[in-house]
Amino acid sequence: MSKLNEHRASRFHGIWALTKRELKKWLKEPIILLMAILQPILWMGLFGKAMNIGNMFSSSNINISNVDIPGVALIPPQSGSITVSGAALSQMFSSFGPTLMSNIFGVADYFSYMAIGMISFIVMFTTMFSGMSIVWDRRLGFLNKVLSTPVSRGAIIFSKVLNASLRAMFQATIILILAVIFGLQVSSTFTVVNILGLYAAVFLLSVGLSSVFLAVALRSTRWETQMAIVNLINLPLMFASNTFFPISQMPDWIQAIARVNPISYLTDANRQLTVLPLNMSSLMIDFAFLGVFAIVFSIIGIALSWRYLTK
Amino acid sequence: MSEEVIKTDGLTKVFNKHLTAVDHVNFSVKHGEIFGFLGPNGAGKTTTINMLITVLKPTEGKASVLGFDIAKQHDDVRSVIGVVPQEYTADEDLTGLENILLCADLYGIPHQVSKERAVDLLKLVELTDFKDKRVETYSGGMRRRLELACGLINRPKVLFLDEPTLGLDVQTRTATWDYIRKLKKEFGMTLFMTTHYLEEADALCDRVAIIDHGKIVVVGTPEELKHSLGGDIITLSIKEDPDVSDLIRSVENVKEVKNENGSYRIKAEYGEVTAPFIIEALRKKGYTVTKLMLTEPTLNEVYLEYTGKSMRDTEESAEAFRSQRMTMRRARA
Repeated sequence: MSKLNEHRASRFHGIWALTKRELKKWLKEPIILLMAILQPILWMGLFGKAMNIGNMFSSSNINISNVDIPGVALIPPQSGSITVSGAALSQMFSSFGPTLMSNIFGVADYFSYMAIGMISFIVMFTTMFSGMSIVWDRRLGFLNKVLSTPVSRGAIIFSKVLNASLRAMFQATIILILAVIFGLQVSSTFTVVNILGLYAAVFLLSVGLSSVFLAVALRSTRWETQMAIVNLINLPLMFASNTFFPISQMPDWIQAIARVNPISYLTDANRQLTVLPLNMSSLMIDFAFLGVFAIVFSIIGIALSWRYLTK
Repeated sequence: MSEEVIKTDGLTKVFNKHLTAVDHVNFSVKHGEIFGFLGPNGAGKTTTINMLITVLKPTEGKASVLGFDIAKQHDDVRSVIGVVPQEYTADEDLTGLENILLCADLYGIPHQVSKERAVDLLKLVELTDFKDKRVETYSGGMRRRLELACGLINRPKVLFLDEPTLGLDVQTRTATWDYIRKLKKEFGMTLFMTTHYLEEADALCDRVAIIDHGKIVVVGTPEELKHSLGGDIITLSIKEDPDVSDLIRSVENVKEVKNENGSYRIKAEYGEVTAPFIIEALRKKGYTVTKLMLTEPTLNEVYLEYTGKSMRDTEESAEAFRSQRMTMRRARA
């Protein structure tokens, strides 16, 4: 080791310095921060309240007229036909509608189902754009400057991953607070400790997803390419998951995609930790999947950064 | 420590397997000197610098900075060099001081030390009054000075400057030269700079290498290079059309004549004595000299001699570069 340089940066030092830069930039831009808060409010309002799925399963807005049932359909069969009043049918529906709702979604109200899905949605959107910042750093020359300092290449990528994850966790917090304000109904197995589990799950998915998008952006000098990639896959990835609708109701081929889609695992873990009854074994599967996803892709991202950041 | 701070041996960079940006370059930079890399845009100056600062990997050949191999000991190289890049790389959203401290963090300098150094550096580049202003409010000259301060935060032994005055106005350029001279004097630093401004190389550099098409064409002190041209330059025009190159060539002490669209560029020894003889010879044959200019060689002539490009070509591309930079800045805003 040389005696020429008095100071040596530790690996973590560089990561923290670069993460601090990104966070400072973020906090200094009040508009971006405001957007980060407004966006979940708008989405929750639109998805949660406009897509009023719960209402579909209640009889309050259906006006059922009297129905004639042929006597042969009855047990035991009778001759002629009998008439059942609309009011009675309506009453019957209101007793099995919520059961149907609960069988399909697992919760009594759609808002609670959706609000937790919204966390996955926002985590996905926040982390997908993490690749953009490295494209800009390259274009503006900042990347070259950092590359000429002793900061490790892995630290450059990891600081961006960390930054995206911290942002995602911040937005997840806002969603959670809003959801509680708007009437989130937690399950009987919910405890405050579960919130920590939720953050852990959000962190794991953020690390994995942002690593993927940073790896894609490593050599890119065009942000348009990044935008195109993100726009191509964000909505398909969201709809082929359990974010807003249960997988069980989807056709087989979409189910196949949804079952390898990491978004589904985050959403499932988060639901179990909050609005659904907790099933330890399936929660463990969720976490195992998310953990493997995060580890594999962050290793790939860092390995690629060693290889490709220096041309 | 060896006298040779930077040494390259057949340094080569090939992009995409066929575009040779730097072609077997050999040179060495001595301790404490300002070494200038002079050449037209696209000659391979920035590529060379990027290899030396370990941002690009050489395709072939070797180079060392302070004895550290740029390919194998890149972490050692990185910690002893300072870099002032061509672009304005400071983060626009952060203040000047925050940018300097960020650079310090990248070198792992402890906070107490970096705070002290930042104060000194801000004073050196005269940005103390603006240290808490966001960089987006800075002028071009201020940004350039901030880059300089960032490049010095780790007390580098060698400072690399890539086109340090590109796009700056004359006053700011001269001020930047003063800073660079001060650095050399106060810190005994070795400086490696690229430029395509000839007067800059002439004013600042102890030695200059002229690079063109990725190859070094000549290395020497500005004086040596001027001297190597072997004479003064006489430029003259005549009223009449026919080519009189041969006639001029027959005059004593004339070494070379080039007809550039009716204007003759004559290389001659003892120019002030030879010029009257040329006029006399032309008049005898009935030609009228309309314009005559006698110049002692400057780096401009050296440059032209070795790259075969007149300065106007490169000035134009510099202009294009500047407008591109403006676009970038707008995109940033």
